[in-house]
Amino acid sequence: MGPGIGRPARTGPVVLRPRLTQAQREELWGWALVSLWVVGFLIFTLGPMAVSLGLSFFDTDLLRSRFVGLSNYTTLFSFDETRSLFWKALYNTAYYVIFSIPLGMSLGFFIAVLLNQNVRGQTAYRIIYYLPSVLPAVAVSLLWLWLFDVRFGILNWVLSLFGLPGLPWLYDTRTAKPALILMSLWGSGGNMLIFLAGLQGIPTQLYEAATIDGAGAWRRFTHITLPMMSPTLFFVLVTDTIYAFQVFATTYVMTQGGPANSTLMYVLYLYTLAFRQFKMGYASALAWVFFVIIMGVTVLIFRSSDAWVYYETEIGGRRA
Amino acid sequence: MIGSRTHLLSPLRSKRLMIRLQHAVTHCLLIVGAILVLFPLFWMLSTSLKPPTQIKAFPPIWIPKPFVWSNYVRAVTIFPIPFYVFVANSTYISLLNVVAALVSNPIIAYAFARLRFRGSRTLFYLVLATMMLPGQVTMIPLFLLFRALRWVNTYNPLIIPSFFGNAYFVFLLRQFFSTIPHELDDAAKIDGCGVLGIFFRIILPLSKPALGIMAIFTFTGAWNDFMGPLIYVSEMKMYPLSVALSFLRGTYRVLWSELMVVSFIAMLPPVALFFIAQRSYIQGIVVTGIKG
Repeated sequence: MGPGIGRPARTGPVVLRPRLTQAQREELWGWALVSLWVVGFLIFTLGPMAVSLGLSFFDTDLLRSRFVGLSNYTTLFSFDETRSLFWKALYNTAYYVIFSIPLGMSLGFFIAVLLNQNVRGQTAYRIIYYLPSVLPAVAVSLLWLWLFDVRFGILNWVLSLFGLPGLPWLYDTRTAKPALILMSLWGSGGNMLIFLAGLQGIPTQLYEAATIDGAGAWRRFTHITLPMMSPTLFFVLVTDTIYAFQVFATTYVMTQGGPANSTLMYVLYLYTLAFRQFKMGYASALAWVFFVIIMGVTVLIFRSSDAWVYYETEIGGRRA
Repeated sequence: MIGSRTHLLSPLRSKRLMIRLQHAVTHCLLIVGAILVLFPLFWMLSTSLKPPTQIKAFPPIWIPKPFVWSNYVRAVTIFPIPFYVFVANSTYISLLNVVAALVSNPIIAYAFARLRFRGSRTLFYLVLATMMLPGQVTMIPLFLLFRALRWVNTYNPLIIPSFFGNAYFVFLLRQFFSTIPHELDDAAKIDGCGVLGIFFRIILPLSKPALGIMAIFTFTGAWNDFMGPLIYVSEMKMYPLSVALSFLRGTYRVLWSELMVVSFIAMLPPVALFFIAQRSYIQGIVVTGIKG
């Protein structure tokens, strides 16, 4: 297998069977090794995506299927809630994403800034704050179900300490989504870790130079920390958004989409249609629309990044 | 750190005072935060050990008196089949996923990190792009495919795809492999190592930390997975712990001690792995952006 150690050196035209050059061998090996991923991608991703698109034009259950053209899509986009809960599910999911992400990112950023001041016990804090993120979603859901319990839950007891009336939490259409968002904040430690790594990568000379120039703490934060952190913020915003759109286990376990569909999230609706009602064609249409929505939102975030994300090369370029 | 503008005290003294004050505030905030984060877990443990009368006590009783260890026995015998079956199922699925990840990802990552071949850049971008793809798009055709293969109610759909690599881990390992000096490859080449020889003798032995963190992430991910087994596993004796727990929620919704006991048990392996490997765990999260 080695490149011909000890073999007689080949000289020009004497070669009888064609031999591969080093580069050609590398080329072959490269493709041979990544072909594993390529095959997996074709079977488990690209193929199913194409089939999913095809299925979305059929009325399909597990037994028979019938071509219906675009009718799955027209039903899906219908505002009539007896026909389609698409808008409801999309609204609930968007609500969840729009509130949980800015709150979760701010909280994670805030903790990271605190931890970045070389506090004693940084390692211990990092472990504690990150701990909720390693826990299984189902177990976490059961735990929060107990914390949210209306009569005996600890959260309502805390409210009573402040003289506030207890909240119905998951049992009221007005408080159910905020309750899920509150619960999601328990997992802000993941963001914190990534932000902390970003903060630690900012060269201290920048702060020193700014201090000499007379910049106060707030100006240093807005003129150094935020711009230098914007690539990290951008990365977290993209990954968190994609992830939050897919929220499933918590609503499945805690509310089953209730009360009155107020926590019916997109993926829960998709799951119910596909695996409870076996409307595979209709659910495929829903899945494709979901894909387009997520891609659209991602593209929007990428587009907006020109306005607010700074890369170091860019700063260097400006100076030159 | 805060540049003071106060003129009441001498600049130096006031600055020192400000720094001290700031440190105190930082510590207070961090401690309060840590208590808030840990409190639900404390409450879970407390509830799991309480006699029924103390669960609904108002004001709450923090430390159960006495500790009712029999809650643990009752909780694990609440299911129609022995509880250890679920633990064994989860362990089995998770371990096989670890094997699959170890077999597939390093070799793919090695090709991207070390071998020059046409289209490798484009292909690597494709790998990265799949990280953003929501799995729900492929969920239904995959179900139909696995159903046609008669894989429903087996663990194959939860394991076999892992043998074809995972974008996050390919990325993680490629980043790690790229930090290994190329001089080592060259030396190995001179010693007669080929493409696979370099992989097995140089790259793999030097990548144990990265492989370890991948194994831990894979185990935790498979252990915590809910939607996969929910779709593919229908028989109770095949349930992993996550699905068994959700079943309990539907059936015994107010037996809080028992629910907290099984939740606690389900949390143990991921927490143990996190504590054992917390340093490299955090490193892995920072590189890949996987947040659990």
